[in-house]
Amino acid sequence: MTAMFDKLTQYLAFDFTKNALIVGVLIALCSSLLGVILVLKRYSFIGDGLSHVAFGSLAIAGVLNFTNEMPTILIITIFASILLLGGTKKKLSGDASLAIISVASLGLGYLLMNIFARNRPNLSGDVCTVLFGSTSILTLSKSDVIISSVLSVLVVLFFVFFYNRIFAITFDEDFSRSCGVKVKLYNYSVAVIIAVIVVLSMNLVGSLLSSALIIFPALTAMRVFKTFKSVTIAAALISVFTATLGILAAIVFGTPVGSTIVAVETVGFLIFTVIGAIA
Amino acid sequence: MAQIRCIDVTTGYGSHVVQEGLNFEVNAGDYLCIVGENGSGKSTLMRTILGLLPVLSGNIEFGDNLSSTDIGYLPQQTEIQRDFPASVFEVVLSGNQASLKKSPFYKKSDKQKAVENIERMRISNLSKKCYRELSGGQQQRVLLARALCATGKILLLDEPVAGLDPQSTEEMYSLIEQLNKSGITIIMISHDISAAIKYATNILHIGKLTFFGSTEEYIDKRSDLNNAEVVL
Ligand SMILES: Nc1ncnc2c1ncn2[C@@H]1O[C@H](COP(=O)(O)OP(=O)(O)OP(=O)(O)O)[C@@H](O)[C@H]1O
Ligand SMILES: [Mg+2]
Repeated sequence: MTAMFDKLTQYLAFDFTKNALIVGVLIALCSSLLGVILVLKRYSFIGDGLSHVAFGSLAIAGVLNFTNEMPTILIITIFASILLLGGTKKKLSGDASLAIISVASLGLGYLLMNIFARNRPNLSGDVCTVLFGSTSILTLSKSDVIISSVLSVLVVLFFVFFYNRIFAITFDEDFSRSCGVKVKLYNYSVAVIIAVIVVLSMNLVGSLLSSALIIFPALTAMRVFKTFKSVTIAAALISVFTATLGILAAIVFGTPVGSTIVAVETVGFLIFTVIGAIA
Repeated sequence: MAQIRCIDVTTGYGSHVVQEGLNFEVNAGDYLCIVGENGSGKSTLMRTILGLLPVLSGNIEFGDNLSSTDIGYLPQQTEIQRDFPASVFEVVLSGNQASLKKSPFYKKSDKQKAVENIERMRISNLSKKCYRELSGGQQQRVLLARALCATGKILLLDEPVAGLDPQSTEEMYSLIEQLNKSGITIIMISHDISAAIKYATNILHIGKLTFFGSTEEYIDKRSDLNNAEVVL
């Protein structure tokens, strides 16, 4: 026990650990807020599809030999998100087309990486990192930290300022439109934000697991809480708590960050399910 | 000046025309019932009046200082609401969202209005309850309270009694009647002809044949209308 604690304090003295914690918590926070909207709109699978798109665009950025992949991934993913969400009003009729886009991105992405990066020493290791997040504690660059922090803060601000609108539109889009609210603009904003969050969370947990970060906290909170406000607040707290715990556990046990966070979230979900069933 | 006047209105979706040549007007204090078979285009007309669908041709004019955003709307319930975590108060309060234009948060007066309309629908005891755990009739009252927050002038109700038991149906009708007596214009879609005849001042029948007139005129022409529809 003390050995673990020592290891933790030792790690926490490093800047990169602090950075990982700060970024992790911020990303977890905004993913969970967005997750509340996605789950309630029944769009949870969108996050999954987009993360595959993000993976594909990463491969493209690699092929084009861009040193900084972030802008390419962001642009392509935002575009895909607007395409998928912008046109539809209520129900996504195209879950089949989403499936195609997402599987194709995954397959093509891997193919491209294989063809164009054969000479890379550790291709499967790299791919694994992209899909599941880094194996050890995050090694974020200074610019990653800054970009992630700024974007996360913007998302959280968006959520706070538009909280009432978000509730109203998510609950009943038609009613909002009949009140003269610009629902389209809002839907586009949400599409852009989803893309941003998917890309951000790729840094933290990898592309396959990023949608877990988005939907788990909302689903967990909904097991127990019954008003929009309490679900939102609980999802945010659950997310921040599980992310922190996951990152610390990953340090102590030397496990991959992404899957550790998801494991913690799964346990949280189970606990809340039991509480919800009893209460 | 009428609150709403429809002149030769065509409704539909894109190139798919649902109804043509609709002419009618609604004056302050009216109680208009829209009747017609399933799929005849009642909801489509309502959504067109609300500005949720474009008018394919013709014109919808709003008078009496009314605009399409001053209308309180009670939709046919959507699936999404059935398991949505929201308290009754949260739902009713969202009826005030038009006033969010100026600030991101609701004002005290908005909250006051929500409380008043909850009382008006006699559901104060449910205010903190979870919306999805209410009965169908209670949910309709919540949505009606929300619609009342959005307007003091005119309500559009899309089958407000669908799925309610006889007693809740009666209560709903009498709540709506009281609202109408307090000066709010009512436009209600209904499959219940006897209720339409009992409560409405005017009736709009849409289908293969359209009819618009006072309830008395409707009663006179009703059998002709039905016979003609069978022939067509
Ligand atoms: N989103 C849509 N896109 C295209 N056509 C539609 C759409 N919604 C409804 N329709 C069609 O428009 C017609 C009128 O539908 P509408 O919902 O207005 O009928 P209604 O009179 O309200 O019926 P009900 O009594 O069953 O509620 C139907 O033929 C329907 O198939
Ligand atoms: Mg209808």
